[in-house]
Amino acid sequence: MSEAWLAFSIFFAAIFTNNILLTNYLGMCSFLAVSREVKTSIGLGFAVIMVMAATSALNWLVYTYVLVPLNLVYLRYIAFILVIAAFVQLAEMVIERLSDVLYAALGIFLPLITVNCAILGASLFMVIREYSFFSAFAYGLGSGIGWTLAIIAMAGIRQKMARARIPRGLEGAGIALIITGFMAIAFMGLAGMIRI
Amino acid sequence: MKAYKVKEIVTTNLGKGNPVFVQVLGICSTLAVTNVLKNTLVMCAGLIFVTGLSNLTVSALRRYIPARIRMMVETLIIASYVIVVDLVLQAYLPDIARQLGPYVGLIITNCIIMGRAEAFAMSNSAGYSLLDGLTAGLGYAYVLIIIAFFRELLGSGSIWGIRVLGPWWTNWSIMVMAPGAFFMLGLFIWIVKGLWMKEVKKS
Repeated sequence: MSEAWLAFSIFFAAIFTNNILLTNYLGMCSFLAVSREVKTSIGLGFAVIMVMAATSALNWLVYTYVLVPLNLVYLRYIAFILVIAAFVQLAEMVIERLSDVLYAALGIFLPLITVNCAILGASLFMVIREYSFFSAFAYGLGSGIGWTLAIIAMAGIRQKMARARIPRGLEGAGIALIITGFMAIAFMGLAGMIRI
Repeated sequence: MKAYKVKEIVTTNLGKGNPVFVQVLGICSTLAVTNVLKNTLVMCAGLIFVTGLSNLTVSALRRYIPARIRMMVETLIIASYVIVVDLVLQAYLPDIARQLGPYVGLIITNCIIMGRAEAFAMSNSAGYSLLDGLTAGLGYAYVLIIIAFFRELLGSGSIWGIRVLGPWWTNWSIMVMAPGAFFMLGLFIWIVKGLWMKEVKKS
């Protein structure tokens, strides 16, 4: 299998068959908290795509060219979280300068993202699975898109659900988790398409 | 330490302010590690260690942490303790460490720990903060253990790796997969809220 094809299949798998939210449970906290409205979900989703793709690539470079040669692999958690926090801070400043519209849309979500476990999770998975640089980038991008897909779908369902009658104990997180379970089953239907 | 405050911390974290089923925090690992009871217990022990000690450290340093970068400082304190847990697991329980994979590292971004550091440790003395961290960890742990017990029992017919249900039992393989985790936690929240809300109504 060529490098490009491998990266593409990792990208595809990260969106559909190995969705980071629906099979690895990452990013659940913000998923449950923010998925009430489609519009805010799209804003957060795009911020996640951007940060996840960029930090997966950056963390790959840090891991391969700094941590491994210096034999400091056990410090990867601190290194990764610092790279993520620094990138988010930088991205916030750049976006603020470049575009008011974009800042209004994404700005408020960026600080939330540092503690989104999906971002750190993507970097940790990429190290464990020993991806190449391009595969790591493809994985980060795909995972971001997959996460966004899941949160937008969820927000759509929850907006419709506002008019439904739900047992009182299930309101809020309870019903959201059960719907996520059904979404996970739906995505499992795609599992045979690709194998990584 | 004053007895009433100790009692309040304990009952809040275990009951009406429980991090998992009331505040719905730290869900990632709640779902990810609960397919086997043994892994769950190891994960819980790690989390209790990290919440307790990071709360203690944040509280002890709270007068010296600049307000602007406090989140970053808290994250670094938490990350250092997580590295300790990770190294200990890799040294003494390598099999479980491999199965838990990235989820040990993801204790760093577990919102429970950050939440306790922000909401409690930044404004309380070290002794109370240690207690608050430990009980928040315990509140998380007992929910996970209950969920793991049922997921392993229904999904593999076993408890602690020992088969308890006879050959007549067909494993519900969905229970050890992702959707089962979502359903279990949803149902758990429903049951707890249902029972608890009834009690509140009566009183």
